[in-house]
Amino acid sequence: MPLEPDTLTPLLIDFPFEWNYIRSIIYVSLYVSLTAVVLSTLFSLPVALLVGFKDFRGKTLLTSIINTGMGFPSVVVGLVVLFAVSNQGPLGSFDLVFTTEAMIMSQFILAAPVITGVSLAAVSSVEQNVRDAAYAMGGTKTDVALVTIKEARYGIATAVLAGFGRAISEVGSVLIVGGNIASSDGTSVTRTITTAIQLEARQGRFETAMILGAILVVLVLIVNAIVVRLGNGGGGGRYE
Amino acid sequence: MEIQRRGLVAAIGSSAAVGLAGCAALAGDTGDNENSPEISGETLTLTTTTSTYDTGLLDELNAPFEDRYGVTVDTVAQGTGAALETARNGDSDVVMVHARSLEDEFMDEGYGVNRRDLMFNDFVLVGPPDDPGGISGETDIETALTEISEAESEFVSRGDNSGTHTKELELWDTAGLTVEAFGEWYIDGGGGMGEILNQASMQDAYTLSDRGTFIDMQSEINLDIHVQGPVEGGPEPLMNPYGIVAVNPAVHDHVEYDLAMAYIGYITSIEGQEIIEEYTSEGEQLFFAEALSEEPNFQQYVPEGWESSNSDE
Repeated sequence: MPLEPDTLTPLLIDFPFEWNYIRSIIYVSLYVSLTAVVLSTLFSLPVALLVGFKDFRGKTLLTSIINTGMGFPSVVVGLVVLFAVSNQGPLGSFDLVFTTEAMIMSQFILAAPVITGVSLAAVSSVEQNVRDAAYAMGGTKTDVALVTIKEARYGIATAVLAGFGRAISEVGSVLIVGGNIASSDGTSVTRTITTAIQLEARQGRFETAMILGAILVVLVLIVNAIVVRLGNGGGGGRYE
Repeated sequence: MEIQRRGLVAAIGSSAAVGLAGCAALAGDTGDNENSPEISGETLTLTTTTSTYDTGLLDELNAPFEDRYGVTVDTVAQGTGAALETARNGDSDVVMVHARSLEDEFMDEGYGVNRRDLMFNDFVLVGPPDDPGGISGETDIETALTEISEAESEFVSRGDNSGTHTKELELWDTAGLTVEAFGEWYIDGGGGMGEILNQASMQDAYTLSDRGTFIDMQSEINLDIHVQGPVEGGPEPLMNPYGIVAVNPAVHDHVEYDLAMAYIGYITSIEGQEIIEEYTSEGEQLFFAEALSEEPNFQQYVPEGWESSNSDE
């Protein structure tokens, strides 16, 4: 190593964390965000289908409200959830403050409007004649819904991924309701990758913060790849 | 106005305490643990300041406590103001902070009991190495601050109601200067100590920092100490004492009071105080133990100046 070790350090930088620490914050991040996204999807898809299929007074207003929800500041959502789960709040007796459950609640609130809004756009763009055809062939309402979901699956997959992106990348609400807690042996309790980045940046350790940022990007990339693969495999060819 | 607000807070607090009384028996069941028959509760929630957390001291302190009682300590690092507010809502069991005036208010309102002096270090006035305000070596903090304001050298304030922010405002005040009247050179940073040190370093500005965080970060930033605190012979107003307070179980009856008192007992014991004394970062001692003393120190249990006048603040 006599040859200018300084120029090599940026590439061969010592991995600055315990493996256990990294593994546990990745686990907490994925556990919280994936649970929140699954719950949001289960809630949002039926809502999107219902709103998409039915014509009723105030539909435009409701759509606008859903779309506004996509822009909720995460810090505000965090504060609202904190008030709800705080020991003085309506859910105080459940002892949820500074837990992953509270973090899932706030990410649910953040992800649900995104998934609903984007799915709604996808469902609405499925042409009326496709639905009519499904009816004409003797399909029940469920059949029509399934056909619509199948036709809109790329849009819905995009919705779920957008919701996941919103959830896993936000730092404001999980910091407030989760408290960014790691135990003294370096295992994350409520620390996610984003709050860990915030902690490193606060202490001026920008390099380690960047490494964590890279891990986050890779993670999001993997999840995206899996969802896209599932979408292609499950649905057959695109223009069948 | 203030009185009314307190009255309201007290009313809400007590009615909530009554309302929660019925739930306590249910919630308490989960606290029994065969591994630790001596103590109830499994998880202690400690809210504290970024300065104790970011230096790594708490990991060192908490591990032996967790081993001994088979419990976990959830440490939430906030500013002093936020840490006390979390405790006011009954969301933490014990608070470790460094702003005596805010701690006193917390106890005055009935939220805190059994306060102990814990440890101290000091504040230092740091700034760019070329010292544009010309304050280096100044032994009087008020003079140094006056010089900075006259030179209109940039100064980054925490601006977050933390212990350090409270101290900074006190210092400007004793120097006879009004923060509200400052020009653009006075920057409201709005962040934790580490963030503010980074910000000051990038902007070539002065700031007030606790010595612990500064030592811990000095290799990452380009700032020097221009006015030392009392640890290195500087002026007494830069003293930075830390206290620890349990949340009053009569106000929030679900708090882990047993565990909180065990924690306070441990941290003010010879063992805990030795860990504090021996903790170093980059070869320097960060905190000085203060809990052990042969002489009685009654003032640590009550709001400052309690004996002489207990009417207001």
